[in-house]
Amino acid sequence: MKTSLSWLREYVELPAGITASELDAALTNLGMEVESIVDQAGTILGDLVVGRVLTIEELTGFKKPIRFCTVDVGRDAPQEIVCGARNFAEGDLVVVILPGGELPGGFTIGARKTYGRNSHGMICSAAELGLSGDHSGIIVLPASEATVPGADARSIVGLDDVLIEVEITPDRGYEMSVRGIARELSTHFGVPFSDPGTQAAPGATAEAPYPLTVEDTVGCDRFAARVVRGIDPAAQSPEWMQRRLIAAGIRAISLPVDITNYLMLELGQPMHVFDLNRLNGGLVVRRARAGEKLTTLDGVARSLDAEDMVICDETGPISLAAVMGGETSEWQEGTVDVLLEAAHWDPIMVGRTARRHRLFSEAAKRWERGVDPALPLVALERAVQILTEHAGGTVDERILDIDHVVAPVPLTLPADAPGRIVGLPYSAEQVADLLRKVGCEVTGDEVLSAVPPTWRPDLVAPIDLIEEVARLGGYNGIPSVLPPAGSSNGLTPAQKRRRSVGRALAENGYVEVLSYPFVGPGLADTLGLPAADPRRSAVRLTNPLSEEEPLLRTTLLGPLLGTLKRNLGRGRRDVALYEAGTVFLPHLTSTAPPTLGVDRRPTNAEWAAANAIVPEQPWHLAVVLAGDIEPAGWWGQGRAATWADAIEAARVALSAAGVPDDLVTVRAGEQAPWHPGRCAEILVDGTVVGHAGELHPAVLAALDLPKRTSAAEIDLDALPDAPVVEAVKISTFPPALIDVALVLDRAVPAAEVQAALVEGAGPLLESVALFDVYESSQLGEDKRSLAYKLTFRATDRTLTSEETITARDAAVAVTASRFGATLRGA
Amino acid sequence: MSYRNDPYDPKQAALLDPASLEAAVAEAEKAFAAATDLDALHALKPAHLGDRSPVSLARREIGSLPPAAKSDAGKRVNIARQAVQAAYDARQAELEADRAARVLVEERVDVTLPWSRRPRGARHPLTTLMEHMGDIFVGMGYDIVDGPQLELEWANFDALNIGPDNPVRGASDTFFVDLPGLVMRTHTSPGQVRTMLDRQPPIYVVSPGRVYRTDELDATHSPVFHQIEGLVIDEGITMAHLRGTLDHFAKAMFGPDAKTRWRPHYFPFTEPSAEFDVWFAEHRDGPRWVEWGGCGMVNPRVLTACGIDPAVYSGFAFGMGVERTLMFRNGVSDMRDMVEGDVRFTTNFGMES
Repeated sequence: MKTSLSWLREYVELPAGITASELDAALTNLGMEVESIVDQAGTILGDLVVGRVLTIEELTGFKKPIRFCTVDVGRDAPQEIVCGARNFAEGDLVVVILPGGELPGGFTIGARKTYGRNSHGMICSAAELGLSGDHSGIIVLPASEATVPGADARSIVGLDDVLIEVEITPDRGYEMSVRGIARELSTHFGVPFSDPGTQAAPGATAEAPYPLTVEDTVGCDRFAARVVRGIDPAAQSPEWMQRRLIAAGIRAISLPVDITNYLMLELGQPMHVFDLNRLNGGLVVRRARAGEKLTTLDGVARSLDAEDMVICDETGPISLAAVMGGETSEWQEGTVDVLLEAAHWDPIMVGRTARRHRLFSEAAKRWERGVDPALPLVALERAVQILTEHAGGTVDERILDIDHVVAPVPLTLPADAPGRIVGLPYSAEQVADLLRKVGCEVTGDEVLSAVPPTWRPDLVAPIDLIEEVARLGGYNGIPSVLPPAGSSNGLTPAQKRRRSVGRALAENGYVEVLSYPFVGPGLADTLGLPAADPRRSAVRLTNPLSEEEPLLRTTLLGPLLGTLKRNLGRGRRDVALYEAGTVFLPHLTSTAPPTLGVDRRPTNAEWAAANAIVPEQPWHLAVVLAGDIEPAGWWGQGRAATWADAIEAARVALSAAGVPDDLVTVRAGEQAPWHPGRCAEILVDGTVVGHAGELHPAVLAALDLPKRTSAAEIDLDALPDAPVVEAVKISTFPPALIDVALVLDRAVPAAEVQAALVEGAGPLLESVALFDVYESSQLGEDKRSLAYKLTFRATDRTLTSEETITARDAAVAVTASRFGATLRGA
Repeated sequence: MSYRNDPYDPKQAALLDPASLEAAVAEAEKAFAAATDLDALHALKPAHLGDRSPVSLARREIGSLPPAAKSDAGKRVNIARQAVQAAYDARQAELEADRAARVLVEERVDVTLPWSRRPRGARHPLTTLMEHMGDIFVGMGYDIVDGPQLELEWANFDALNIGPDNPVRGASDTFFVDLPGLVMRTHTSPGQVRTMLDRQPPIYVVSPGRVYRTDELDATHSPVFHQIEGLVIDEGITMAHLRGTLDHFAKAMFGPDAKTRWRPHYFPFTEPSAEFDVWFAEHRDGPRWVEWGGCGMVNPRVLTACGIDPAVYSGFAFGMGVERTLMFRNGVSDMRDMVEGDVRFTTNFGMES
């Protein structure tokens, strides 16, 4: 909403010297977001003065006619100025900016030589002063007492106003008007307000000036109209009106249209002006029929919806009610007989119609926020007065007013209720007083009854009144008090797990990224997911920002590999990334959730049924790594990241999540998009929770990623909560160390060999570590040697060598019976 | 050679002469001092402390003395021998210390050599900032609650008094999916709805997390961003409690000078509602008010829809953007830096933000 200080001052007696920052603070504290407050006087710097043209010399020989003028600007000698405009004569009063001045847009004025003459300043047009778009010529001022050569010209041309632009919240339609803002400012400053919306206006007559019926009084609960005939079609809108419209960002069109716009800005009542002679037969206000056609003023042929309201004549719809008029009935150049409409429309209907047709007109914005239904006759009276004052014509004495408006309902408010919500002890008098300032009729003392004013359709519940008390009482006077402390349970196990895992990976060299979860439909193929892979079933956005990425991720890897590629593309060679985030796994069948109301809590059954359709959204963790995980340096070679690092990342994550080592199993697996021979399944307590290893070469080729790029992904929500850890007994007796080198088939997984050793060694085994993997033709085809260091220790004695050897032999025996292992060199 | 049975002969006892002993001591001291390393010192030991050293030979001469003189002579020899031994020990200690010092010098390395063999990773500053914010509230007695990002429309809108005709429910603000009744949550408030449905007051929770709106990515917008929202429901909760909570949070985040300033605003889920600014003294362009978030008293319609009796309980809610906070707090000037995942941006923050 744009308006000007002078306009506001017509209705509110603001302090004379009010500053922009005072105004800004007042509007802000009233709940309006101040976009700008511009003092027009400050938009032009330097001397802007009235001048009288003394002489004009026509210069010829240039591309266009040029005038060399001498102008009396109230100084000793006339000012010499070169001017390209021709709409003035010797003796005319003009507006001159002198050298040293600056016009809007940073255009500085100097003394300069142009067209062979010296020019000291500029004679200005309205456009150059930022007053309008009028470039057709310079401003010629009418003679008056003020227009003395040398006098400051700002106030004479209207450059003395302060322009105000505020954003209005959607609940406060009444502030979309000079009337509403003036009322708010009067409350804030405690100064008198005269309401232009409650001025006297003549009521309906028995006979209407034009036949009209309202068929749908829900969509249109009031329709008023008046007729003026024989206006001067050439009449122009007065200067002051044009200036205010321009300041409000609305183009001046014609006197009748400008009047409706002006009154919409001033009162908040959108209006419409029909050409009486272009109407065919009686008017009907009704819902449109689905598919009915109407070409609106913007030239767009629209197909109407059964919910739209229309005004029709015998030819059909002629106006999309409340939103935009039609081409066939609108005022046009040469119109002499007009029908002025001021109605009241259902805000929900208007909002839907505006969205449906994407027509967010100034009128629609006001209807949607709520318009005072008491305004139509006042607005019509004002319109008729201004129109006839400037364009003559004869006013039809008959007035149409079909009124089905329901009066506001009184609200009951205990006088101490605002205090209980706000935390300030308002007295009953204060509460009543503040509500009266809003416009409520207030009665009662301990329990107040307040009838909201017609311009406040947003006041429908006691809490709405409490808000007004708090707002007008001043938010920044509310004290700052800490509430009684809650009783926190601390972080949940899942929250702790996400933190620990993230920190552990970061400490192990991985950098966290937060990717968008949007992926393309081709990703599943690129990753080589099998046809039946559940990750192919993805939720699709119906209005994605990019049609190329309409799906929600079912694996973190797609977006994460994209981020890896971006980093590589920016010249990074060694990249290790991790991401913890949700994936979106739709259920196989989808049904609409039950309809839940808002008048009561859903029952547990309703709530459970609704939640049953919400896709699973488990938190996953993924890492990707390419290049060296340990960089080369002066110390020597680096080490390339491999499948093993990816598996280790998964182990690090599980460990950080508090999963006990003995619950974790790693075994060979096959899962896209991993390399089938270099993919590990990660199991916790027998359940697969994720995969890790090197990515499939075909996938890497398709994604144009470096060979050997590795990755891991695990389902964090599938991990058990970290158990309470039981302490181990620390033995102070010396350890006994024995190495064993086992020869077995290469296909036997090392993890299983180690498990067999642990099982066979019994409780004396403290730890086991694989320290060598050796393959040689001497060992035999498809054989390898695994060398382990076994550490034995008892908690209550020093082990004898016999005990140790017995335990070692028992360990080896299990590997022998299970895998045919033999002791190397034995 | 043995003198033990020799008869006393003062000439044969010349080494016991005090002057001779002094000379022997002096000579030993001089020799030890001249030794420049431990090997040289050790080589001198036999000559001055060995069996054939002057003090050892002098001791043998004691036997040739008359009994009356033996005691006195014995003391003199002992003193002399101890003096030589002490000189030896002292020099040995000196030389050992020298050698230890020299070893330390020789073992000197260039400690400025880089050793970044295990590069450090980093956590995303939005993650660590959200954790920091959450921790402040945990300290104030709040629980942290999570909720689904693909959310029931009812929880995201209807329950929060955002009616079916509210324009934010349109496709120009909200992401819709090919499943009926679901949207990408536009704020973390549905997590609060879920909390109210799950438990009865007193409720003290914050919900940090990812939210979605159909804004194209640019320097100040992202279709995916993060919020942290708080909710308190209890008996007798007022706007003053809301102000106290926000002021405390601002101080915990930005230091003791921080405070909040409120501007009346409109949100469907709170009434009265406000937007609030925070006084940020550390702003790179000088101390100033910075727009921070929105807040208000939970609308009674929301309480009713969530099964909490507004006649008994009242509550407040607030929320702020995590990206916005990171932008002014840490001087991030472009939203895209937080989105693109360039490791240079994140590594700069390390483990905390």
